[in-house]
Amino acid sequence: MDSGILLVILLAVPFVGGLLCWLVERIDKNLPRWVGLLTMLTVLGLALYAWATGDYSLTLLGPEHKWVSEFQAAWIPRFGISFHLALDGLSLLLTLLTGLLGVMAVACSWKEIFHRSGFFYMNLMWNFFGVIGVFLAVDLFLFFFFWEMMLVPMFFLIALWGHDIPHGPNRLYAAIKYFMFTQASGLLMLIAILALVFVHYQSTGVLTFDYDALLGTAMSSTVEFWIMLGFFFAFLVKLPSVPFHTWLPDAHGQAPTAGSVDLAGVMLKTAAYGFIRYGIAMFPEASAQIAPYAMWLGVFSILWGAALSFAQNDMKRLVAYMSVSHMGFILVGVYAGTAQALQGVMITMLSHGISSAGLFILTGEIYERLHTRDFRNMGGLWGRFPYLPPIALFFAMASLGLPGMGNFVGEFLILLGTFKADPAVAVGASLGLITAICYALIYLQRAYYGPPQQTGKLLDLNRRELATLATLMAVLLWLGIHPNEFLHTSAATMEATSHVYLQGSAYTGVATR
Amino acid sequence: MLDLLFLVFLFPLLGFFVLAVSRGHISERTTNVIGIGAVGLAALTTALVGYTFLTTIPTGGAYTQLLWQWMDVPGFHPEFALRLDALSLVMISVVTGVGFLIVLFSAWYMHGEEGYSRFFAYMNLFITSMLFLVLADDLLFVYFGWEGVGLCSYLLIGFLYKDAENGSAARKAFLVTRIGDVAFAIGMWLLVKELGTLNIQDMVAAAHEHWAVGSGVATAAALLLLGGACGKSAQFPLQTWLPDAMAGPTPVSALLHAATMVIAGVYLIARTHGLFLLSPVAMQTVAVIGATTLLIAGLCALAQTDIKRVLAYSTMSQIGYMFLALGVGAWGGAIFHVMTHAFFKALLFLASGSVILACHHEQQMARMGGLRKKLPLTFWSFVAGGAALAAIPPSAGFFSKDAIIHLSYVSGHHGLWLCAIFGAFLTALYTARMIYLTFFGEYRGTTPDAHGHGGEVHRPTGLAHHIPLTVLIIASVVGGFWGLKLIDVLPAAPSGEQPMWLEALPLIVSFAGIAIAWPLFMTFGKTTERLTHHGFGNAIRTLWLHAMGFDWLWDRLLVKPWYWAARFGRRDATDIFGRAVLETGFTHANQLIALTQNGRVRWYAASIGLGAVLILAAVIYS
Repeated sequence: MDSGILLVILLAVPFVGGLLCWLVERIDKNLPRWVGLLTMLTVLGLALYAWATGDYSLTLLGPEHKWVSEFQAAWIPRFGISFHLALDGLSLLLTLLTGLLGVMAVACSWKEIFHRSGFFYMNLMWNFFGVIGVFLAVDLFLFFFFWEMMLVPMFFLIALWGHDIPHGPNRLYAAIKYFMFTQASGLLMLIAILALVFVHYQSTGVLTFDYDALLGTAMSSTVEFWIMLGFFFAFLVKLPSVPFHTWLPDAHGQAPTAGSVDLAGVMLKTAAYGFIRYGIAMFPEASAQIAPYAMWLGVFSILWGAALSFAQNDMKRLVAYMSVSHMGFILVGVYAGTAQALQGVMITMLSHGISSAGLFILTGEIYERLHTRDFRNMGGLWGRFPYLPPIALFFAMASLGLPGMGNFVGEFLILLGTFKADPAVAVGASLGLITAICYALIYLQRAYYGPPQQTGKLLDLNRRELATLATLMAVLLWLGIHPNEFLHTSAATMEATSHVYLQGSAYTGVATR
Repeated sequence: MLDLLFLVFLFPLLGFFVLAVSRGHISERTTNVIGIGAVGLAALTTALVGYTFLTTIPTGGAYTQLLWQWMDVPGFHPEFALRLDALSLVMISVVTGVGFLIVLFSAWYMHGEEGYSRFFAYMNLFITSMLFLVLADDLLFVYFGWEGVGLCSYLLIGFLYKDAENGSAARKAFLVTRIGDVAFAIGMWLLVKELGTLNIQDMVAAAHEHWAVGSGVATAAALLLLGGACGKSAQFPLQTWLPDAMAGPTPVSALLHAATMVIAGVYLIARTHGLFLLSPVAMQTVAVIGATTLLIAGLCALAQTDIKRVLAYSTMSQIGYMFLALGVGAWGGAIFHVMTHAFFKALLFLASGSVILACHHEQQMARMGGLRKKLPLTFWSFVAGGAALAAIPPSAGFFSKDAIIHLSYVSGHHGLWLCAIFGAFLTALYTARMIYLTFFGEYRGTTPDAHGHGGEVHRPTGLAHHIPLTVLIIASVVGGFWGLKLIDVLPAAPSGEQPMWLEALPLIVSFAGIAIAWPLFMTFGKTTERLTHHGFGNAIRTLWLHAMGFDWLWDRLLVKPWYWAARFGRRDATDIFGRAVLETGFTHANQLIALTQNGRVRWYAASIGLGAVLILAAVIYS
């Protein structure tokens, strides 16, 4: 198969699958979930195929940019906009993650969503369509198109299938808040993209939105700084970093389980991806200027997210704030920018996606059985299930960065790389390893340990639920004890990006191995 | 035969895996076969590998086995590799040997408890982690085991999860040791930044190449590793978790908090001794921390009323001796004491478990007494273990502790030597107090208390109870004659002369402690009690009972501010931005703009006109 076509198929499958989900609901209410599952399995399979057949060892970042595979077709030639997709190690691994978590998102909605299930799965599929588009697009207009594409289906997922938590804001509030934050920040990015294109047009006379062409556009440092800032804030809100994180707990608190898996597992990664692909690679000098602020903001996110996570009474909000804390590590790692730190960011993106997905799925399963997510109504669950609590223990340990799981590898590499760039930041961020203990252990204590409020067994995980969680655990262990398959895949891109960022010059390419 | 080394940790790892997956679907008998069998096989493999190693020592005195490369990023290539040398051989022998006896004892102790197979799963995972820790050839791999040990201590201390107190003790252990772990991690980043590797041998060699003795970086790196060691080994100022960790079932205390986990710090310093040799400041700090801890712990132990807490403080003070030994350069002496301490402390903890079960989960010594006749094997266990703890010849503890005290004098640390002598006196005093209160006099727990503790004593039965105690009694008595040959791995101890009467001093103070304890706590026990419950005496006793106020200090310094931040943030103060700016701002803007949509044609016409004028103006003036 021509590898360029593969990228188009990767995008087309969730789009068409989503439409099908919507259509087949008329035939049978149970059919959409099967279509959804098949769609995401296909995406995962295609991504695995691309992983197995591609050569990810070489990347050039600069005018001579070589992608592992790419596809280009004219879209709006008058404005230099083309339908340009490309794949390298970074986007491949994130696409794989999307495929994997897509399967999990369908699996965890299996018994949760029956109300208008066709439309639900269509929204879910189209959200993944948008996310994969973000990872694959290398035309800035196309990128922006997909960036906005992700928002709308997620809005519906929260607003239509969400929960209203008692004494809290309702789901519509959460959906609108989420939409406003990300939309407003997207606007900043649009302005920045247009500005960049115009600057490029003025200096070269070529009107283009193409990533490769715009990379290394000559501009004054002031202009670079302001354009960079537009991207920076868009990604900061989406990541999210303190103080722009406040949409996240509300969105998670109200979203259905699949929505949370999707949101924490892959959508937050689009921001991390954006930082690497667009933030530091396109504006190395301006990024280096704000790097200290960005890194300390990351440290603050780590600690503040952890403190808030610790204080929550709602299990899902606790996990949501945990994500804020973990995303702080990503911010630190990206702006430290050494190859080690960026590789750590890569592993953290994957591991956090999986571990937070696991915790959200478990929360959904507990909610199905207890009809509450409030810790004050839990306690002592350990004795009431055979399998659920130990699995929760596993994911909690992954979240606190226990060696053996991927999160440790990611965080350790980030901090190792950061220590080289700025020891003080690394020491500050290392406090996050202590605060991680606080939220992970209080989560376990309040839900599973302590005196049980009720006795009597609860329905344990069924085969579907065990299989989903076991898969996630296996991948997390793989990332933890033998991460080289992943590290080697992203090495070329990350090393090139690190070179561009630290040296402030184009990477003219050597095969890394 | 040496290439079977990986099996040493593989057996308990598989044991853990099988028990964890089975989740209560198997009987106690099957659990015993898997849980105890796995550790037994590990011990057998250790014996086999150790025998091969000792008969044909490999070149360079070490055998390394590469499992696989862990991470591959530019400038950093940690590996999963095992290293067997004299030092790690001693350690794996202790871990699997003593570990096996403790796991065997658990079968007696935990019989009929809820979560029986879970307990053995955790024990197996613990032993696996400890084996990683001592076999690893790379500091990051050491850290892998190090954190695994921390996890298992958390799981095992909080094993009886229904009691919230146990959960809190478990979290404290994990958290406090993690503080040390972060120092360890920072130390590793520093080493990678400066030397580019974490492979212990390469790292030490590179350190000697790049850094002069006394260089600042070397001191910083050594002190950071020391921070990690202090956390795991419960040394000042991170010692506060150990006494609370006694919340776990007693075999847990024996395994984690006496025989293995707490010696991780000692092992780490001994393993990276090349780095510490570059920094006299760090060495001095190690010694001073050891001396401080052994005094603090010795005094605290005197005031405890709970039999397990006495043992906990005694552990802390014995580890203090090991740190002292490391700090004065008596590397081999420290490891020798690690070994003998593992024997006698495991013995004492298991025997205390025997006492506790015999008295129906009673742990207060005030409600024991006179158990000498009722529990003869347990009594003799305490005598043998206590003698070793108090360093009475010819027990194992005498040889190892006497060597440490001797070497701290001849290395010229006379102040620290004095601390060690005073510590020896304290050790004898609290050990004797514990044994007198528990086994002599009258039995004071004849009626059960409100929780059903105490009451009629029933004598323990079963081989799972007798065998571990008997073997450990023998090891505690004769273990000291088994000299260790560590010269291939560790530098030679300082040598020198010591006046004869000073040589005899440790022995004298030990006997003095045992002798004084009887009148102090038995003959005039009431007087001592009255003195220590009023005025100044009471203040001192309270201070010692509550671990010199360190819990209070940490509570004020860290716990309270953290809770304050969490409470302050619960409503998420940063959401002000979202609420005030976005919500109110947008609502108001909306209301303002909605005013223009008022349905009056006049108004609309005027705005069209105004718009046209503005556009025209813009066109003309641009």
